[in-house]
Amino acid sequence: MSDDRGDAVDEPATDARRVVVIGAGPAAHRLADAINSRDDAGTLHVTVLGDEPHQPYDRVSLSHRLLGEEDLTLVPTRPWDAARVRLLTGVRATRIDRAARRVHTDDGAEHPYDELVLATGSTAPVPEIRGSDHARVYRTLEDVDALVAECAQVVERSGRAPRVLVAGGGLLGLEAAGGLTGLGAEATVVHSGGWLMSAQLDEGAGQALSRLIAGHGIRLELGTRPQELLVENGSVHAVKLTNGKVVDADIVVFAIGVTPRDGLASAAGLDIGERGGVVVGADCRSSDPNVFAIGEVANVFGRCVGLVAPANAMAETVADRLLGGDAEFSSIDDATSLKLSGVDVASFGDALGATSGALEIVYADPARGLYQKIVVSQDAKTLLGGVFVGDAAPYSSLRPMLGRELGAEPAAYLSAGGEAPSGADLPDDALVCSCNIVTAGTVREAVRSGGGSGEGCHDLGSLKACTRAGTQCGSCVPLVKKLMEQELTAAGVAVSHALCEHFAMTRQELFDGVRVLGLASFDAIVERFGSGRGCDICKPAVASMLASQGGYILDDGRGSLQDTNDRALANMQKDGSYSVVPRIPGGEITPQKLAVIAAVAEKFGLYTKITGGQRIDMFGARLDQLPDIWRILVDAGFESGQAYGKALRNVKSCVGSTWCRFGVQDSVAMAIRLELRYRGLRAPHKLKIGVSGCARECAEARGKDVGVIATAEGWNLYVGGNGGLQPAHGQLLATDLDDESLIRYIDRYFIYYIRTADRLQRTARWIEDLDGGLDHVRSVVVDDALGLADELEATMHRHVDDYQDEWAATLADPERLRRFRSFVNAPDAPDTGLPRVIERGQPRPARPGEAPMPVSLGMPTAPPRETLSTEGSRS
Amino acid sequence: MTLTIEPAIHEDIVPAPRHASAHAVAWQRVCRIDDLEPGWGEAVLLPERQVALFLVGAGELYAVDHRDPKTSAPVMARGIVGSKGARPTIASPLLKQVYDLATGECLSESGPSLATYATRVVGEFVEIAAAA
Ligand SMILES: Cc1cc2nc3c(=O)[nH]c(=O)nc-3n(C[C@H](O)[C@H](O)[C@H](O)COP(=O)(O)OP(=O)(O)OC[C@H]3O[C@@H](n4cnc5c(N)ncnc54)[C@H](O)[C@@H]3O)c2cc1C
Ligand code: SF4
Ligand code: FES
Repeated sequence: MSDDRGDAVDEPATDARRVVVIGAGPAAHRLADAINSRDDAGTLHVTVLGDEPHQPYDRVSLSHRLLGEEDLTLVPTRPWDAARVRLLTGVRATRIDRAARRVHTDDGAEHPYDELVLATGSTAPVPEIRGSDHARVYRTLEDVDALVAECAQVVERSGRAPRVLVAGGGLLGLEAAGGLTGLGAEATVVHSGGWLMSAQLDEGAGQALSRLIAGHGIRLELGTRPQELLVENGSVHAVKLTNGKVVDADIVVFAIGVTPRDGLASAAGLDIGERGGVVVGADCRSSDPNVFAIGEVANVFGRCVGLVAPANAMAETVADRLLGGDAEFSSIDDATSLKLSGVDVASFGDALGATSGALEIVYADPARGLYQKIVVSQDAKTLLGGVFVGDAAPYSSLRPMLGRELGAEPAAYLSAGGEAPSGADLPDDALVCSCNIVTAGTVREAVRSGGGSGEGCHDLGSLKACTRAGTQCGSCVPLVKKLMEQELTAAGVAVSHALCEHFAMTRQELFDGVRVLGLASFDAIVERFGSGRGCDICKPAVASMLASQGGYILDDGRGSLQDTNDRALANMQKDGSYSVVPRIPGGEITPQKLAVIAAVAEKFGLYTKITGGQRIDMFGARLDQLPDIWRILVDAGFESGQAYGKALRNVKSCVGSTWCRFGVQDSVAMAIRLELRYRGLRAPHKLKIGVSGCARECAEARGKDVGVIATAEGWNLYVGGNGGLQPAHGQLLATDLDDESLIRYIDRYFIYYIRTADRLQRTARWIEDLDGGLDHVRSVVVDDALGLADELEATMHRHVDDYQDEWAATLADPERLRRFRSFVNAPDAPDTGLPRVIERGQPRPARPGEAPMPVSLGMPTAPPRETLSTEGSRS
Repeated sequence: MTLTIEPAIHEDIVPAPRHASAHAVAWQRVCRIDDLEPGWGEAVLLPERQVALFLVGAGELYAVDHRDPKTSAPVMARGIVGSKGARPTIASPLLKQVYDLATGECLSESGPSLATYATRVVGEFVEIAAAA
């Protein structure tokens, strides 16, 4: 049965050569893409068989998936749309019949081939110890999704952070442990070596790394390994180690290496290496000339390599061979870097100094967890390798110099040597991106003329898309960026960071200038730094800078700088009416105050809606009604919620330990404290905070610019989360803080952001764009590496002291109230442009062509509820 | 259409429109020049329409339709005044289209333009010629 079906479906109609690829991972993707873009004559017909249910995805970036449903599908996906390429997902190859040149699959089909490529990758092994059937691995999307779900279950079940034990202190294990910690878990890494990453690092580097890792709250057990998983009621509760210790754990992840998936090949009688893997030559051919192997399953030069760069290089080699070329896979680039935020580790080449006569230049600063080593040839000229822990900045510029003469004294490249020599001296054939085999010359060429219409790539995004450099592990991005900027500067293309046509500088530069010179008006600022009369871009930006000097935002000529909403201290809606949001700190409100809001909404005929930020929004107020509305609200003890400003909005909280049986801290009290501290703080973009009373995270704090999550010992602080168009999860900045440290860190973080971010740049993008990213933020906020902490805190204290409620300040001054008149020549005439209809018992703007209903607005004595509903049903 | 007032001139009616229109215009007195703050637009209620009035810098006045051409909402007076090259501009407070204050031309996209009206200062009063 299977035979009939298979042949009928799978025989290609053309006389093209049939290539079958087993495995649909990164290696298979690169092969299909290379063939698709190079085989112009259409001589090959490619079938890719993958047993995972997905299109090939970027395994290297797997950890991103911990933070949410990120799409990791490898790009371009173009090859999968091509007629000559067929991708079958969810199909496993079960047997290779080399005599008949056919591959059998588990759906009963057969796939005849002229050439076969094995790209089956590896599996993550789990040792056969007691309880090991409860262990997890970290290899596929499903593995990661299951880990996320399991962590959530543990939290749900026990109300505390999940405890995770990761076996393996190499790249993968540390990445997994770091990722899970970021998810709120408490991780322990168990490693059999005497120091972490013992395969890549020497002892000094390993110890520096241990300190860094421990500094991230990850516990270490070195020189031992798991002996037994202790299971109760079907789930793990602890792990017994070979040194006798018992470590509590809800989840156990093994990341102890990879095992090549060579079972099909060995069953088919192909040569298999001593320690596994399909033995291939430099042409990637196995012992059967019609069968190739690429990626992690290939055993080349006597070993299998668990890295994506060689997998890509092998795929390119085979594509070339299949198209009649004679490419060879020449050498293995072993360069690795640890992708763990806050821990800089990288090594390349002969990092352990094994070459005879090799010299090592070491710079270590144990207090900072810094260890850097460069390995050079006996004459101290040729670069042989290097290791960087704590600060891997030299890595991306040094790695391409591997095997070449260094342009400068080796020590000059270490952090102690000052500013590292730049990429200017990189020869064109130096490999910049080893993941994708992109040379410095290719990058330069693309900057000059690589764009679609021969225009040249002048920004990082298009450069990445055009060359692929930096699209995989990302470690080469700083160098790629540097090369681009050098090339642009050389070509006389100014890299424009201008705010707008009136200011030829960035927001940060302008802010610094304004601050240093103490300029206090737009006219003075434009005269000093800009030209023209400003516009709707630079005026609000300047207004926000001036706001940080304190004072009422509409006085002294600053009114005309304010954006739409700030100008009216309310949010303009599509019809020109406004919505009003009183502050409800922490979302806590008394019934009496609720009644005031209800009365105001009734009196002025406003539409009411609960916002996503635990507040109540009243829509449909006329400009001239705003003061009347606020007089009632202010008298009842409300103040402006600043929903209109690029400012702190609200602090969302869960009910916390006061009521919730899981809560470990009083999240409401903390939320109110934070909201009252930061209210009125103006920033490049709106700011939101969330506070959750335990790891269950009911306040969704990690979706906020500042997320505070209670732990048994204090608070974990997350930064850089946001919802909206480009959602981002907050990243862990510091753990187990007491109340005062928490506030100090948030003070520093906010002011640093306000000073240095771009216009309309939210904190997530700001962190991403900062040189050094989250690590840099941590060094400024937590470690005070720039010595700015006191000044940042002092600025925040000034803000807190100067705060005044903008609406109370408005109502107190008749001059200020004039801004809310409807017409300059008829201040009492109501604005006429607001036709309304009733829907679900509330007014809303009439749509074009809809007959407006006589909704009474602002008639102080009308009994609105009845009036509205009867009038609604009458028409 | 707008005219530039030289601040030094103290005649009763100052000076003639740059592009004198052929038909007679009905000037309507709307407010005192002191009622206006530079850069801060004000809405003006006339019998036949609402007008947005702007004092830009020293004595330079512009009047345009208060209705936003894109959304029809009466909001233009609440936009931000600025410049694009040498041209004075107003940005819609709703969707931020930018218009030339003097000609009403939409500068940010090929959209509908904004009606403009002549202004003048008579004594200390601002007058607009915005009859139908
Ligand atoms: C968490 C993590 C982080 C990593 N980080 C880095 C990094 O920073 N830098 C780096 O260079 N490398 C990194 N790697 C390694 C990198 O992902 C691999 O080297 C790369 O995925 C190898 O690609 P491959 O195509 O050879 O194998 P794989 O990615 O394993 O793909 C093989 C595919 O074939 C399928 N398959 C196997 N057998 C069959 C069959 N019989 N029938 C059908 N389908 C089959 C498998 O299910 C799999 O989908 C990381 C790996 C992980 C897990
Ligand atoms: S409401 Fe707060 S304290 Fe309770 S489970 Fe949710 S996050 Fe934890
Ligand atoms: S070196 Fe990995 S993406 Fe460039």
